[in-house]
Amino acid sequence: MKLDNAGDAANRVIPPGFAALGDRRQFLKWSGAAAVLLAACDSGPTDSSPPMPSYGAAKGGITDGAAAVTIDLSNDIGILNFAYALEQLEAAFYTMVVANQFTGGGAEEVQVFSDIKKHEVIHREFFRTALGSAAIPGLSFDFSSINFRSRGGVLGVALAFEELGVSAYNGAAQFISNTDYLVIAGKIVSVEARHASTIADLFRPNGKSFAPRAFDLARGFNEVLAIADPYIATAVTLTNVPS
Amino acid sequence: MSIMNLLGGIDSESATNRRGAIARGGQLAAAAVPVGLAAFARRGFAASASAAAPTIVEVLNFALTLEYLEARYYILGVDSGVIPGRDSRIFTTIRDHEIAHRDFLIGVIRSLSATPVPEPTFDFTAGGAFAPFANYDTFKLLAQAFEDTGVRAYKGQFPNLQSNDTVLTAAATIHSVEGRHAAEVRRLRGEKGWIPFEDPLAPAAIHAVYDGEGNLVQLGINVGAFEGAEAGTEAFDEPLTMAEVLAIASPFIVG
Repeated sequence: MKLDNAGDAANRVIPPGFAALGDRRQFLKWSGAAAVLLAACDSGPTDSSPPMPSYGAAKGGITDGAAAVTIDLSNDIGILNFAYALEQLEAAFYTMVVANQFTGGGAEEVQVFSDIKKHEVIHREFFRTALGSAAIPGLSFDFSSINFRSRGGVLGVALAFEELGVSAYNGAAQFISNTDYLVIAGKIVSVEARHASTIADLFRPNGKSFAPRAFDLARGFNEVLAIADPYIATAVTLTNVPS
Repeated sequence: MSIMNLLGGIDSESATNRRGAIARGGQLAAAAVPVGLAAFARRGFAASASAAAPTIVEVLNFALTLEYLEARYYILGVDSGVIPGRDSRIFTTIRDHEIAHRDFLIGVIRSLSATPVPEPTFDFTAGGAFAPFANYDTFKLLAQAFEDTGVRAYKGQFPNLQSNDTVLTAAATIHSVEGRHAAEVRRLRGEKGWIPFEDPLAPAAIHAVYDGEGNLVQLGINVGAFEGAEAGTEAFDEPLTMAEVLAIASPFIVG
């Protein structure tokens, strides 16, 4: 995969610890070790949390996806597939969160994660259905760097994913040709923004984190993939990236 | 039916009868222009609201009008002292963003060699129906209405901005921030940050803001089939047309 702005991207909205983990995962994957990693993911939580259920159980289709996927971004189908890939990532992550619901967050957080998981699964299934035979295959994911029993850990990654989703849709909008698809992207991105606001406020309830800037980011495709890539076990290649 | 004819029981018993009915958004363009929209008509907004495809500048001036409304609302709200200290930072944050949006749009319109519309005169009591600067619950209620309307308004203009990548992207980066604001204010009021169905917990006074939010068919696909109808409606926010937005905003614009 080609990375244009990986270094910059890692320093944008990523919570502390997130980027470092990402760098490690990326290095391993680029070394061609993804399969080995998945087979040997015994590095789980390092604190005293109870052991995580094996994510090899394919809950949310995490390990049974394609080995490699190429997305051609020269047309709307490619852009929708890019969105589909991101929604697969979010849906898989929140499926894990809900299946391993951390404690200590209160009733609202349980409801929030249950709702967001449904929304992301809906987005994923919507794109899969809309794309039909043009859809990329299901991806495999690697969440072994995430301690799903840690409230702070989950909120931090959730926030990073939601911020990523908002910036990805905002960045992709100008490259969508079909007006109906543009409107769909608009319908989804504001829901991702509602997620980001809610997660950020739960994570850091300081009266500002829910909307940290007056204008949200708009990220390019390569930048988005560089941030998501540490959690995607499938080798994703982008071609004809518009800019 | 708009905010105005559903006002009974908020802060005034008589407002409903005093103002009378205003056409529901979708019918506005074909209906007689109501009192609150006279100012828009003088500035050419009525024409843009009914035109098939407004120009980029018309869309920007429409957005600017909404940003004027939001910025002035939060400036007055923060200054009024109605906001309790525990929530003050939330609303100063939102205020500062709306001011930044307002000033940014003025700059963009000027950069296109066009003239920004002047700030309208606002009446945030809507003729005495609301007392947002004396009643914090009312303040939050109208804030929610304005933010959720803002999200729908920007979204509805994406197609009209598609010819200009720079302006479309700028609008998108404002649109999502309005979504963040909306979620925060909704949660302050004890609602979900997202909108189930047509927001059954929202009082009747602002229900017009949520007309059509219960849509479950996206690109011909029933999105209620995957995780149930409630989540299906929450997962997609719906746009409003310019006319629908103006119908919601007009009771607060007096000149």
